[in-house]
Amino acid sequence: MKRIVSTLALGAALGFSATAALAQAPAASTTLRNVQNKGYIQCGVTQGLAGFSMPDSAGNWTGLDVDFCRAVAAAIFNDPTKVRFSPLSAKDRFTALQSGEIDILARNSTWTLQRDTALGLNFVGVNYYDGQGFMVRKSLNVKSARELSGASVCVQTGTTTELNVADYFRANNLKYEPVVFGTADETVKAYDAGRCDVFTTDASGLYAERVKLAKPDDHIVLPEIISKEPLGPVVRHGDDQWFDLVKWVLYAQVTAEELGITKANLDQMLQSPNPEIRRVVGTEGNSGEALGLTKDWVVRIVRHVGNYGEVFERNVGPNTRLGISRGLNALWNKGGLQYAPPIR
Amino acid sequence: MTDGTLPARGVSAPKVAFFNNPKIRGTIFQAIALGLLIFLAYRGISNAVTNLTNQRIAAGFGFLDNTAGFGISQTLIPWNEAMSYGRAFVVGLLNTLLVAVVGVFLATILGFIVGVARLSRNWVIAKIAYWYVEIIRNLPLLFQILFWYLAVLATMPAPRDSISLFGELFINQRGITMPKPLFQPGAGWIGIGLIVGIVVAFAVRHWAHKRQDATGEQFPVVPTMWGLIIGLPLLAYLATGMPVSFDHPVQGRFNLQGGMTIIPEFVALLIALVAYTAAFIGEIVRAGIQAVSHGQTEAGRSLGLQEGRILNLIVIPQALRVIIPPLTSQYLNLAKNSSLAVGIGYPDMVSVGGTILNQTGQAIEIIAMWMGCYLTISIITSLFMNWYNRRIALVER
Repeated sequence: MKRIVSTLALGAALGFSATAALAQAPAASTTLRNVQNKGYIQCGVTQGLAGFSMPDSAGNWTGLDVDFCRAVAAAIFNDPTKVRFSPLSAKDRFTALQSGEIDILARNSTWTLQRDTALGLNFVGVNYYDGQGFMVRKSLNVKSARELSGASVCVQTGTTTELNVADYFRANNLKYEPVVFGTADETVKAYDAGRCDVFTTDASGLYAERVKLAKPDDHIVLPEIISKEPLGPVVRHGDDQWFDLVKWVLYAQVTAEELGITKANLDQMLQSPNPEIRRVVGTEGNSGEALGLTKDWVVRIVRHVGNYGEVFERNVGPNTRLGISRGLNALWNKGGLQYAPPIR
Repeated sequence: MTDGTLPARGVSAPKVAFFNNPKIRGTIFQAIALGLLIFLAYRGISNAVTNLTNQRIAAGFGFLDNTAGFGISQTLIPWNEAMSYGRAFVVGLLNTLLVAVVGVFLATILGFIVGVARLSRNWVIAKIAYWYVEIIRNLPLLFQILFWYLAVLATMPAPRDSISLFGELFINQRGITMPKPLFQPGAGWIGIGLIVGIVVAFAVRHWAHKRQDATGEQFPVVPTMWGLIIGLPLLAYLATGMPVSFDHPVQGRFNLQGGMTIIPEFVALLIALVAYTAAFIGEIVRAGIQAVSHGQTEAGRSLGLQEGRILNLIVIPQALRVIIPPLTSQYLNLAKNSSLAVGIGYPDMVSVGGTILNQTGQAIEIIAMWMGCYLTISIITSLFMNWYNRRIALVER
């Protein structure tokens, strides 16, 4: 009898602990509390795209998307190192976010209606305005994407790129052979090996991947940009507090650039009499508390990571290996599209 | 039974407490286990439903009717980007079946050759087979797939410098391109000729065996069969006025245009699957042959049969009884291993399904479809192999 009772108890305990584990998955409106409890943010990034997210030889991740996650960590923990990175393929990224494996996805993902709604995701904004382009070998003497009929095209599966290229060729009545791979690396290798004539991805990606080719100078990027690719960080549906927090970290970086608050002049700015700057740096009002953060949340972001312009220049700007000019990513008052709602 | 005597016949067993009755105990524990299982399943499902609702992800298979919008590099049925996710999945499923069926066929042949070669009395042949088995089956399959893919790609010329055979068959980095037959009206007779040829050929074989059993006279079965299978369609082709023309590949600006192409992803995957599975089949065949008593071979020799006939008529039929059950597992492995195609971009069911999953976010549905398809393929294979196993089983009289 004793044995029966103990067996029963054990069975019940096992059953309940198993269901408890099952039920633990992403619960609503607790992401911030979970992040604070575990002491770090789990951030989904690419498996290696120069300028956006790439581990260096010491294993430190750098890049535009990486710095976004660091900015969120700086805002929450006052410590940009409290991030752990999950390298994800284009195909796995959204599942990882949906299932709660990561807290933020900052992986040059295009904001589309389908993803924003049916996939159960929320795009917090745009940290890079991009568009899709094509790269070919110079030796083919192709001057325009319209000449590509009959070409085979290497493309990464699970991307908007894969769909755009199908649309573009269909709309222009051109034939093509798609050759799809699971990761960016496989795609670039196959292009380099000669499996296909054309490599297509977002223009920023073309420049980032070209440096990986055996002879980068033998390849040219065609002039056509065939799509709008607003790239930005993503969170799960169902947690508005976390959505707000992540969204405003992005806006804070843009606002800081607009107001001229940089890593270098931060201490002066704290003394500024300008009411707008005073609100942003937290010497006036309590913008941070509404987000579940401290008053000096923007100061933390700028001190550890910098404003949007600084992050851009450091990772992809004209002085980096990628050498991308601000273009669409300049501030709204400098001819670009980067625009943040007011912090007040 | 404490007094150590057996109860007399017709007298009921002494009463035991109900919780000590093994039958009741068994029932209770089974009920508890079942209850826990149902509870777990219920919690799992309701948890999934709650999370999906929270994230506002629709459940159900309605998404299969939506437009897919992506291209697929190898399709056995007509496909364009405007077709539905459901059809895309079927395209992937057919690609999986193609590589599995061709793979099983070739792996069986190669496996039997390797297995027999392993036991060859020729030292060189036996050693080659031995090293083949030892090397191939000890290397991970994904590694082998990548090896073949990169080896196939790296050694092939660019499309403009294709290796050309008779100006009709071209081999290059993009695959093997050959003329594509186009069937005009009347071409159906060729197919009918082929079917009739096969049926008649097997009827002839059956008749010849019967006649040999009855009279001992032999008939040239194999040449007759080939004659019928090739001859009848050829006759139909000529009689209907040659209704087949060919779409010849021509050099386009980028690739060869027209014709039909076997893509390198398929070639690499097929070679790797066949080589890998054949190594295991070789060992199964060897085990099967060694399981047949050596006395059987000696008996054959004493009848004056040639070695080849001993193998064909005496050893292999008996070895098959040992070979078939483990062979079934290898067939199942080959079909399932084809999912590693994802690594090189062959558009199989897992690769295409993964793209659909990624675009629609319907993870649970797609995974259920994968499981359903692999389960069906496996069950059909096992049922067929079990039927075959029963058919060749030793008939005891």
